[in-house]
Amino acid sequence: MTGLRYVYAVCRPFRSALQAQLSGVAGAPPKQLTHHGLIAVVSTVPEADFAEEPLRAHLEDLDWLTATARAHQQVIDALTVVTTPLPLRLATVFRDDSGVRSMMEAREEDFRRVLDRLEGRVEWGVKVYAETERAGPTERAGLTEPAETGGGPEPKAVSGRDYLRRRRMQTQAREDVWHRAAAFAGRLHETLSSFAEESRLHAPQNSALSRASGQNVFNAAYLVPRADSEEFVELVDQAKDDAPGIRVELTGPWAAYSFTGEFAEEEPDEPEVGP
Amino acid sequence: MTVVERREIALVDLLDRLLAGGVVVTGDITLRIADVDLVRIDLNALISSVNEQVPSPWGELT
Repeated sequence: MTGLRYVYAVCRPFRSALQAQLSGVAGAPPKQLTHHGLIAVVSTVPEADFAEEPLRAHLEDLDWLTATARAHQQVIDALTVVTTPLPLRLATVFRDDSGVRSMMEAREEDFRRVLDRLEGRVEWGVKVYAETERAGPTERAGLTEPAETGGGPEPKAVSGRDYLRRRRMQTQAREDVWHRAAAFAGRLHETLSSFAEESRLHAPQNSALSRASGQNVFNAAYLVPRADSEEFVELVDQAKDDAPGIRVELTGPWAAYSFTGEFAEEEPDEPEVGP
Repeated sequence: MTVVERREIALVDLLDRLLAGGVVVTGDITLRIADVDLVRIDLNALISSVNEQVPSPWGELT
């Protein structure tokens, strides 16, 4: 059985060896396929799982998707240690080596241009959460003082008016945190994007999917020279200090997944110009 | 570096990049992006529907 070719990334030739036990999405070790001085990092995957039909079905299976995404990322991570890879989208599959070669032939100029652009740079992810559920219990204390002090020995249940007032205050507190988080994120983005070479906004994550606490109000990626990464991380760290009820999460360094966009056929119109 | 969180990468962060980022080249078997986006939406629906079922104590009644 021959198997198909799964392509992880394209990069320039690199000297150091990849980790010895590195395995790819279906367990086979990734190998390098050189074409005109560029390298495609590929591994063999079984046709039974990666042909169009089974692949489509697998992609709807969360466990399979998770395992595949993690294996893909592991290879990209290993490449990031030795070079600056240009990562391809998940599940880019070809019939055989010659299919991969003709793709590289066709996109050679684009690959070189984007590889030059990304050389020595990494991506950092920054997310801002509003910790909305924290507003609830702390409110309580102030509200237990009943408005009226009359009545019998039996403490009555909260009156409708008190209940509504409490609800309103809770809602208000939540909205307040949300607004503060959004404003905070705006300022943070200003700082970070003027430090980074490029930035991209991702859609905020669904908290059911992320299982993270709080509400994600901001989700961005920044392209930063590897050499400046430490400074970038410090900037993020500093911002975290003065933000009660707001959580900042940093991920990375990633390969520049979010900055391969110049590769797209259509030119994205960038409004931000200038120094 | 005083990096903040160094725990395992969350699946959503991974998917933000692997399904929405990365170079799109047309392999001879690659699914079109539109298909993958659909998959993503399905996953969202799937997971939120699973979560909705959890807090309901009435699910067992027949």
